[in-house]
Amino acid sequence: MRAVIIAAMMCFSGVSAVASEIHAPAQVTAGTAITIRTSGSGDATFYLVGPASASKTKVQAGSNIPIDSDQLEDAGRYVAALCASDGCTAANFFVKPAAANKLSFLVHPSRVPVGTPQGITAVAIVHDSFRNIVLQPSPVTFSIMAKNEKSVSAARTSENGVAWVRLTSAKKGGPTRLGAAIGHADEIRVVQQVAADACNLRIKASRAKRGFLVETEPVHDCGGNPVPDGTVVSFTESDAAGKTTVDVPIKRGVAKIEMPIDGSAKITVASGVVTGNELEVTGGQ
Amino acid sequence: MKRVFPLFLGGITLVLIILAWFTSGGVARREMRQANTPEQAVRLMLSQIQGHNFDAAYARLSNRGDVDKNAFIREFNGSYGSLLTYSSLENFDIWGLHSSDQESTMRVRLHYSTGVGPLDDVRDVKVQKSGDTWKVFWPVNNATKLPPQVIPVNYLRWDVIGRGAGDEWGVQNVDTPQVRILSMNAIQRPDGVTLVGEVVNEDSVPAFVNVGATLLDHAGNEIAQESSFDKIAHTLLPKQVSPYRIDFPNMRMEKIKNVRMDAKALLAAASADPVIEVNQQKLETDPLGKKVLSGQLTNEGGQVVDIPHVIVSYYDSNGKVVWVSDGYVAQPLLPQVPVPFAVDLPADISKNVQSYHVVVNHFDRVSS
Repeated sequence: MRAVIIAAMMCFSGVSAVASEIHAPAQVTAGTAITIRTSGSGDATFYLVGPASASKTKVQAGSNIPIDSDQLEDAGRYVAALCASDGCTAANFFVKPAAANKLSFLVHPSRVPVGTPQGITAVAIVHDSFRNIVLQPSPVTFSIMAKNEKSVSAARTSENGVAWVRLTSAKKGGPTRLGAAIGHADEIRVVQQVAADACNLRIKASRAKRGFLVETEPVHDCGGNPVPDGTVVSFTESDAAGKTTVDVPIKRGVAKIEMPIDGSAKITVASGVVTGNELEVTGGQ
Repeated sequence: MKRVFPLFLGGITLVLIILAWFTSGGVARREMRQANTPEQAVRLMLSQIQGHNFDAAYARLSNRGDVDKNAFIREFNGSYGSLLTYSSLENFDIWGLHSSDQESTMRVRLHYSTGVGPLDDVRDVKVQKSGDTWKVFWPVNNATKLPPQVIPVNYLRWDVIGRGAGDEWGVQNVDTPQVRILSMNAIQRPDGVTLVGEVVNEDSVPAFVNVGATLLDHAGNEIAQESSFDKIAHTLLPKQVSPYRIDFPNMRMEKIKNVRMDAKALLAAASADPVIEVNQQKLETDPLGKKVLSGQLTNEGGQVVDIPHVIVSYYDSNGKVVWVSDGYVAQPLLPQVPVPFAVDLPADISKNVQSYHVVVNHFDRVSS
């Protein structure tokens, strides 16, 4: 629809080149008020068609037409047209983004295993105050604020409105705050660095009321980070009565379960695709 | 003429009533009222249960003094929101095992129609002669009763808060969980093609998982699409492994060139409770001659599990998943009370089975 209006206006401007005239500045900064000069006389209609809005006003040809700043917030090509009794005339001008002042900050993933090389991607899209993407190179400051550690920052210049960094997750689990700043914008995101797969999974068994209490030693990944509570550990026990399996979530760092045992039994443990040690126990001893 | 029409209508109504009585088994019921044979005694009792006439069915028992009437009714009507509470006894089969003048043993197969499909229950029932008639000796339910107590449960629970509708674009959301298909094996069965395998939640948060598959023909065109539906444990805790099975009925392996697998995972609120132990697992042949994997389920938590669902993956000697079968358990799992289960295994596959892995899924009225 906008294209049709513009085409019609361009047509009018061609037809009535000698009638009223309109003079717009070649380039304007978003959110800045301007004045458009016109020539001619008599009643006229002024049209302003922008990338996201269009307006129509009754004016006097030959007068200066003020355009409010809120009509020029969207960056892009604008067409200003003046239609009087002697025909229409139009002029194009461009609104460029204002200074960078806002950020869209995307961080992926929100959870990452510890020690994952280039595992975190942080992307900042630079906007001005009116949410126009600022294509001019602008310096964005990225910062990493790990818990109980000094913050580390790095500056990146945006290209075509985008600046990014890729980071290796820390060796230690826990939340890490990632920040990006430009102008008045300072956005923060949190990435949970979680323990990797269980490592050196070991179980021990002791006598209990209903058989044996089988429990893991505190479950850690290979970097020594505790595997989060709720992670499932699968116990399997085989004895004369058959096989017993149970999926037990880790609670306070260990997984434990009481298992009935008939005679000699073999107990194994696994968590996901990781297997642990094997125990041989004898009931009734 | 005025009287003929009402008389005609009355006659038609009478004929229809008699026909309905015959078709609903009225004659058979009348014949069996005396229960002159052990089979008649069992048939009559089960017909009365089918018709929800529990008083009459209970009156058919020879050991009424030992059997609590409410417990007897609960055996057919279910309790605690178990599967039987969403079921009805559709029909039954009876056949004799052995018989003498005074006592007989009958085997009955009860076919329930349930909210999740058909459910069969096979029982051996003793029948005793009492005077001129036969009466059913119903086994007394000696299930362990848990004394009233408070069981402290402090397992983890995960709740999810997503991005708000009013949040600006670019505001961080929580990522969907990372799940991985560990294995997939396509098997030609007499009634179609079946895909079996396992999926693991590799993340540190619970996932609601569904596995789908698309079959492609030799030209690369999609020929069928199915999902694992209830042949999977949908809610997987961190590092939990679930079997899955996807059936493509009336499909031939020759038509398939490629399979596109798709594991979808969503963040889901979940609880690590209850823990269900699976004891005394063994592959055996049931009284009907079918291969089954049987065992006992024990609820280690303090919350009643309404509908337990057992899913089993079977492996060959190379550790490859060769079959996945599942079965719903009719009884609820009360805390610490073992409940038996059995799931079928096709006879032709059972000879290749070296080991198996049982996963217990559960459905509750109050969702965890």
